[in-house]
Amino acid sequence: MTAVAEGWEVVVGLEVHAELATETKIFCGCPNRFGDEPNTNICPVCLGLPGSLPVLNRQVVEHAIRLGTALHCEIRPSIFHRKNYFYPDMPKDYQISQYDQPITADGWLELPDGHRVGIVRAHLEEDTGKSTHVGGDGRIHGSSGSLVDYNRAGVPLAEIVSAPDLRSAEQARAYVNELRAILMATGVSDAKMEEGSMRVDANVSVRRVGSPEYGTRCEIKNLNSVRSLGRAIEYEARRQIDLLEAGERVRQETRHWDEGDGRTHTLRSKEEADDYRYFPEPDLVPVAPDDAWVEKVRVSLPPLPAARRAGLAEATGREPVDAAVVVAVERDLDRLALAAVEAGGDPARVLVHVEHNLAVEGSERLDPVALAELTRMETAGELTATQAKAVLADLVAAGGQGDPRTVAKEKGFEAMSGDALAAAVDEAIAANEGAWQKYVNGEAKAAGAIVGAVMKATRGKADGKAVTALLEQRRELTPRPGA
Amino acid sequence: MTGPDPATALAIAADVRSGTRKAVDVLEEHLAAVAAREPELHAFNLVTADEARAAAEAVDAAVAAGRDPGPLAGVPVALKDNLCTRGIPTTCSSRILEGWRPPYTATVVERVVAAGGVCIGKTNLDEFAMGSSTENSAFGPSRNPHDPGRVPGGSSGGSAVAVAAGFAPLALGSDTGGSIRQPAALCGIVGVKPTYGLVSRYGLVAFASSLDQIGPMATTVDDAALLLDVIAGPDPMDSTSIPDRPRPVLDQLDRGVDGLRVGVIEEMRDGCAPDVLARLDAAAAALEAAGAKVQTVSIPAVRFGLTAYYLIAPAEASSNLARYDGVRYGLRVDAPDTAAMNAATRAAGFGAEVKRRIMLGTYALSAGYYDAYYGKAQRVRALIAKGFEEAYRDVDLLLSPTSPTTAFAFGAKTTDPYAMYLSDVCTIPTNLAGHPAVSVPFGSGDDGMPVGVQLLAPALEEATMLRAARVLEAAR
Repeated sequence: MTAVAEGWEVVVGLEVHAELATETKIFCGCPNRFGDEPNTNICPVCLGLPGSLPVLNRQVVEHAIRLGTALHCEIRPSIFHRKNYFYPDMPKDYQISQYDQPITADGWLELPDGHRVGIVRAHLEEDTGKSTHVGGDGRIHGSSGSLVDYNRAGVPLAEIVSAPDLRSAEQARAYVNELRAILMATGVSDAKMEEGSMRVDANVSVRRVGSPEYGTRCEIKNLNSVRSLGRAIEYEARRQIDLLEAGERVRQETRHWDEGDGRTHTLRSKEEADDYRYFPEPDLVPVAPDDAWVEKVRVSLPPLPAARRAGLAEATGREPVDAAVVVAVERDLDRLALAAVEAGGDPARVLVHVEHNLAVEGSERLDPVALAELTRMETAGELTATQAKAVLADLVAAGGQGDPRTVAKEKGFEAMSGDALAAAVDEAIAANEGAWQKYVNGEAKAAGAIVGAVMKATRGKADGKAVTALLEQRRELTPRPGA
Repeated sequence: MTGPDPATALAIAADVRSGTRKAVDVLEEHLAAVAAREPELHAFNLVTADEARAAAEAVDAAVAAGRDPGPLAGVPVALKDNLCTRGIPTTCSSRILEGWRPPYTATVVERVVAAGGVCIGKTNLDEFAMGSSTENSAFGPSRNPHDPGRVPGGSSGGSAVAVAAGFAPLALGSDTGGSIRQPAALCGIVGVKPTYGLVSRYGLVAFASSLDQIGPMATTVDDAALLLDVIAGPDPMDSTSIPDRPRPVLDQLDRGVDGLRVGVIEEMRDGCAPDVLARLDAAAAALEAAGAKVQTVSIPAVRFGLTAYYLIAPAEASSNLARYDGVRYGLRVDAPDTAAMNAATRAAGFGAEVKRRIMLGTYALSAGYYDAYYGKAQRVRALIAKGFEEAYRDVDLLLSPTSPTTAFAFGAKTTDPYAMYLSDVCTIPTNLAGHPAVSVPFGSGDDGMPVGVQLLAPALEEATMLRAARVLEAAR
């Protein structure tokens, strides 16, 4: 991101809520499933009926250990608190959450560019139900009634709180992408922002470059995508800078991002904030995972995105921050790429395909040996980049299995032998004498006409790079006038 | 004060199991007793005669088929109306829950039924178990069978009346600060508050979660032990239930008190009526005569029990009772928006004492006050537990009055909440410590009304405690 304004620094901390991918809810045996008929996955416990009691789901603790470990946090003995406030979609009118003794705290997350972001804590809590306002435009004002679906009530959440270590919208986006990759890689959450299984609130403030103190922050809610996160931060930073530059003050408040008008709007001020009257939840006992359990979970963790990027970078001779490497891991195609390189594929061509040509469904099923073979055909000049892309698409469409040579042949991409190509190049030189002379005299772009002629003559079968190479070879052999 | 059949629960169960009596006959005898005196005494919010008849028939059918219905075979059991019963109204004696039928049954009730017990009805209580006389019931008070002009105590007053009047040999109550023991004392029956976590709270409508405990009420110590053995034990639905399976206590009660060390708590004599103290001293003498070594002990911290309790219990209650908001069940008073509907519903649905405690508790938890009130109360609680722990280094059991007075007249304390709170001054400290205690009838006061004495024990020492209770029972 370019600087929002000269002389100003943006400071961002993010609070991310991730629904945990468990079989059942956090305090009862109801299925934790998105998209079912309303009020079908409910019981006395998640409805908060009088007399019901919560019992902590062991899988939730395991996910917390997994997440905490992946974020380099300490796993601590913890307790639950009650956060008290009235809301119709909250069955008990209090939320069971963790307060001053979270299960994991004090870690960090490394962005692909190497920037480390502090993780203050990642704590557990229960989700609320979901209200729908009927009659009217979907908002509570002007509606004739409200319906509440309690399927989501009691779905386990991890709230991951970053330190105010992010300095731009771009970094904030990178943080969310990386966190999402970690959540998915560890199986802790499916982390879909669109379905609400990952929700992001941003704390944004600005300060003069060099100022040791943070400015007054505003919390931005309703960020439904990584894109809106970036837009909202940029808008909000600009708004705060404008206020300060006009000699006004930033009020600490919660603001709502409006995707439609691209602005943030006041939701409630600090003075209007609820007093949640936290106190220790008497219906639950302390959770203190022992070292053996933590260790067992730790060794079962799959490789994390940062390690995977490092591995792929090493195998392909790139940097971990290289876009192709980042994309490969993001798309979960790094194992395919590694296997293809191992099978003798050309690292550069493998990465090109992963980054640009394998964004489609089913790419993960591609046979790495086929990919390796395809890149070998390319480097041998048997296929052009365009042809290779077409062959790849057919391979993926066919389920990932198949021989690229056969596919190339079926598509009529017959390999041009070196002799045939050389003959075509010589013919083209002879037919374009003027261009050739200019090229020999150092006018590089004059080669275009000759390459075009070769392509025309071979009906696109020739590989542009191979043609250019042949032209260079022939120029070396041609005595230049006056030389 | 006996019903149509003087037999104890143990005798009934033995007879029904052996086939000498039928559960349906036992039930009809008790229903007849209910019919005779219930209009006067109001022990029940609801008598579930039809369901009870079906249950009794099932017990008889089991016996006829050669199966054992269990240790409570055919015994009528009254349930405090804050225990959830599937499909049967559960009101907590509050307007706010009027008409609510729980879709599930409390663990204790399931255990009673599985043991062959016959649930006869839901008993009256102070609204949400907040009170010491049943005068806070939204459906009117219960009356003391020994003198209907007096209160039965509370909050489990209806259960105490049901047992004392012979409507059922057994009842379940709940005890947050004395709500089983104080009405047991005032009605002349046995009431046990078990160790916190010994009995599952699943399905008990919460008042103060860290203090609430369900326990048995009965005419004899053995009957109370019988019911305790049925309901005690781990429950996967209650995280705070103790995971170890407890050893049954009923078969451990005949060893007397020879050699047991009993301490009379000095601080709990304060404020007690002379006739109550006379019975306390007589109880101490009776234990001594049976071979116990009795001494006086001082636990200064218990003086602060009442104060700590009236911060912790209301704080938890303010949160536990938040869910009665008119959205999902029970009473709803319509209003233009949700917040107004919540407020109108709660204003109409809760009685004065419940509102008072919600306000107290909300205040105690508020930002800026938490440390001074709730935080300090928790520290006092820890001090009280420590005080008991130290006392139990020197003695096996502690002894005190259950209630400072015998049953008082209706209206005597309703205008002064603090005077009412003092009824529980001797019972509250054990709840704060999580320890067990029992109230045993031990004669009468100057007014001829029953007096109870309280035995207190360390955690999970119910067997020792009830052994001593049995000695007092024999000596009264």
